[in-house]
Amino acid sequence: MGSRVRVHNDMPPGHIRTPAYLRGKCGVIERTLGPFPNPEQLAYRHSGAPLALHRVRFTMAEVWGAAAETPTDTIEAEIYAHWLEPADAA
Amino acid sequence: MTDTITQGDGHRWHDMGGAAAGEIPLADHDFALWEKRVDALMILCSAKGHFTVDGLRRVLEDMPPSSFEELSYYERWIASVSQNLVEAGVLTTFEIGERMSAIRERGPTYGDAADG
Amino acid sequence: MPHDHHDHLSPSGHPFRADDDHPLSYWQTMEISVRELLIEKGVTTAAEIAHQIDAMDNRTPANGAAVVARVWTDPDFHAAMQHDASAATSEMGFNIGPMKLIAVENTADLHNIVVCTLCSCYPRNLLGLPPDWYKSRAYRSRTVREPRRVLAEFGVTLPSTTQIRVHDSTADMRYIVIPARPDGTDGWSKDDLAHLVTRDSMVGTGLPKSPDAPDTLA
Repeated sequence: MGSRVRVHNDMPPGHIRTPAYLRGKCGVIERTLGPFPNPEQLAYRHSGAPLALHRVRFTMAEVWGAAAETPTDTIEAEIYAHWLEPADAA
Repeated sequence: MTDTITQGDGHRWHDMGGAAAGEIPLADHDFALWEKRVDALMILCSAKGHFTVDGLRRVLEDMPPSSFEELSYYERWIASVSQNLVEAGVLTTFEIGERMSAIRERGPTYGDAADG
Repeated sequence: MPHDHHDHLSPSGHPFRADDDHPLSYWQTMEISVRELLIEKGVTTAAEIAHQIDAMDNRTPANGAAVVARVWTDPDFHAAMQHDASAATSEMGFNIGPMKLIAVENTADLHNIVVCTLCSCYPRNLLGLPPDWYKSRAYRSRTVREPRRVLAEFGVTLPSTTQIRVHDSTADMRYIVIPARPDGTDGWSKDDLAHLVTRDSMVGTGLPKSPDAPDTLA
């Protein structure tokens, strides 16, 4: 498993493929893919300079806190590199 | 695009992960011919480079929240395919509408009006 | 105009919904308009559209089931699927196009389930068109938050010792769940094994059929 990352907590308008429920959350990179063109630009008929795409694994506890159905279950999602920053060590 | 922000914090309605919702409706339906044609037009036009699936999604997301309940999946898709083709310069809104009026003259059902 | 041969039964055996008996809707009119204009402008042809519909009709969960059965019986293919599932399935004739396929495997300790919270991304070339429930607000909203309650609605209950992993299909990957091979199937042919693999088991909302009851509806 790769490095620990945090998802940016921005709320931009428009076409974004980073789900709101993951913004601000920390996870671990499961694998890196791509590069792929940026859908945020493709959606508006611009060519999107290719970006790395990271599959990030989150625990349910991290995402939902005390409301987690089963804290040790996990979610994996694909997050474009510009939405991620290194997370401080746990 | 800002018309569809339904929460003060900018959380868009289509971004549904984690929202409260009821039981999952398990009933399925067989796709009608017109729905398969919508699907085919999307696949073909995007493969030919007239628009991207990203553009398709963007137009779907910019629809008002009520469209998810009031329009079926492929009704929203044909609306998005049309808009994307107009943005691409392949079709104009005028000619789409003009042809639609002519189609309505052909008869009251899809069977009457299609393949005319 | 060539005779349209889609008018009888759909691939599931059900009749197409009787559009012919219902009043033409605004959106159906738009479909006809757009299709005719695209053909007249030479963007596409009626034959090309019909061919695409046929191609989509021929993509059924049987494709995915064949892949699963081969994973279960062919160790080299299993390894290839873990390394590059797009390439491995492409060699079976299933072309995923510009997307990339990832196969996620169920074990006694891990159960995978796939959702697209943002829209309806789905491995169409292996499973056909997604069912209505996959595209529903309830499935898209709840699966990432309460997958066990969602699974219960599909009649699946897993022990607390099994981790559930939800895959949110947010970008260019498409996912197929490789269910765990049912016990009591040693020596079975790939075809017989494929018959145990349901569509839902490849999305993660179901389990494969039992070898004791392979003909039950799943």
